[in-house]
Amino acid sequence: MRRFLLYAILIIGAIIFLYPFLWMLAATFKPEIEIAGFSIIPRQITLESYRLVFRKIPITRGFINSLFVAMVVTASVIVFGSMVGYALSRLRFRGREMIFTLALVTMMIPAQLTLIPLYTMMVKFGWVNSYLALIVPAMMSSYAVLLFRQFFLSIPQSLIEAARLDGCSDWRILFTIVYPLSKPAIMTVAVLTFMGVWNDVLWPLMVIRDPKLMTMPLMVTLFAVGGQAEARLGVQLAAAMLLALPVIVAYIFLQRYLIESIASSGMKG
Amino acid sequence: MQPGRANRFSTLSKAVAALRTRLHGHAKVLRPNDSLTDNTDRVGYLMVLPYILHIAVFLGYPLAFAFVLIFHRWNIYTPMKWVGLGNIRLLLSDPLVWRALGNTLYFLLIHIPLQLVIALGLAQLLNQKIRGRAFFRASYFLPFVISGVVVTILWQQLYAVETGIINVLLQLVGLPKIGWLTDRRFAMPAIAIMATWKNVGLYIVLFLVGLQAIPSHLYEAAELDGASGWQQFRLITIPMLNPTIMLVLVLSTIGGFSLFIEPYVMTGGGPANSTLSGILYLYKQAFFFSKMGYATTIGFFWATIIFIVVLFQRRFVETEAM
Repeated sequence: MRRFLLYAILIIGAIIFLYPFLWMLAATFKPEIEIAGFSIIPRQITLESYRLVFRKIPITRGFINSLFVAMVVTASVIVFGSMVGYALSRLRFRGREMIFTLALVTMMIPAQLTLIPLYTMMVKFGWVNSYLALIVPAMMSSYAVLLFRQFFLSIPQSLIEAARLDGCSDWRILFTIVYPLSKPAIMTVAVLTFMGVWNDVLWPLMVIRDPKLMTMPLMVTLFAVGGQAEARLGVQLAAAMLLALPVIVAYIFLQRYLIESIASSGMKG
Repeated sequence: MQPGRANRFSTLSKAVAALRTRLHGHAKVLRPNDSLTDNTDRVGYLMVLPYILHIAVFLGYPLAFAFVLIFHRWNIYTPMKWVGLGNIRLLLSDPLVWRALGNTLYFLLIHIPLQLVIALGLAQLLNQKIRGRAFFRASYFLPFVISGVVVTILWQQLYAVETGIINVLLQLVGLPKIGWLTDRRFAMPAIAIMATWKNVGLYIVLFLVGLQAIPSHLYEAAELDGASGWQQFRLITIPMLNPTIMLVLVLSTIGGFSLFIEPYVMTGGGPANSTLSGILYLYKQAFFFSKMGYATTIGFFWATIIFIVVLFQRRFVETEAM
């Protein structure tokens, strides 16, 4: 009886979290009049909602923009973050501890404080309406630095010294010896950075006005808010579905890894 | 906006702790390279240089500039005008700032207890010997990885007054339908419920990690002493989970103070400003009224409150467990 209750609660929970997505998926294929209702199986399948989305907004372009921005930022955060992490954990130089402290301090500065000054800076640089505003300010992360430093400390020093005796430069040690050993740290940073950039709306909303340069979530947000969807639910939901789709597909394959990365990053130390 | 900003904050409390020990010199500073000679690794400077430059330009400068902007009126395109404490005076007497703060606290008042109870409850259930744990965990976690825009558009439909599933369900059990997003009493709770639905998966997973770290001999000993399940939960589980509870509190609080996309898409801050959030107000001041100085002042005010609340929570929750 107790076990029955246990599973009942767990299953109800799963329904509460999954059902809305299934309903949304179904709604995007239903004709407008059929959307209100619980059914997750459309009686009559139509692609009209998706056709309208593709006609009204350059959503494919948005997808490519998002992918491009997120990939460049993620690669940059990994490369530069690991360089600093390596220097802080494996090299000796004056001021090293100061830089470590700096990384800790910068993590504590709430983003709200620098949001507007950073925006005015983009205006002065002439970066509004360009990829630069989306990419450059996000290219480094103190969080990644600290995570890499922490992880690199666990790599045996003897390995690095052996490589040095063989005449390896520190650059080569980092990229050819440390990298292959650091897949979990690299994946964690990659997942968190990519997700953060992919889902961000506020910053793109501030710096991008040109539809050709908009990221996908920004495009979908403005589509939903701006009335271009002509108050048609199916069309709004179809746009939202297209935005969710790449994440859901990635999630199905990487689910275990993703959850563990995020959970460990929250609880490290 | 820097990537993973929300996640950056997840280590906030850890950073505070690490910083504290460094400042007081309690911790032995790690010198991983001690076995090597005293030669300086010059390449180290090269490796940290891009980072230092980036921090200086995209964090240091805006930070310094924020303190200039606070004392000026500026629309970016015409010269700045010195207003002294004008912005701060305006802020303190601006009813909408206090409205936004009140709204945020109202949000947190609903969101945090809901979040804690549901997350801890489901984590407890998942921590037992059950089949399909991976499936349950994955389904609870799914909304967390989906973009907030998607979740907001979806819930806007679920909350629809006439046709929304939630109202249809309410009517099925004989309750009156609710104007979730149109009634000023319910708009903020509606957003709080949605935010709980979106984020609770993360906290379930964090609590699961915490629960699995509790040594089982503690429960065995308690069992021998005849402690009831509830006593074990109250006297072992809760104190042992204290760091996780702290983390959940901090993350939810920061999340609450960062609300933007939800009111922006769902309600535009209405009805009657009942869902106006700090960031939404800051955004409106900057982009509808071109008041960069005042918007920065709001940002400063907001950042200060977050800082104080988080420090306060930290102290409070830690002493509670003593």
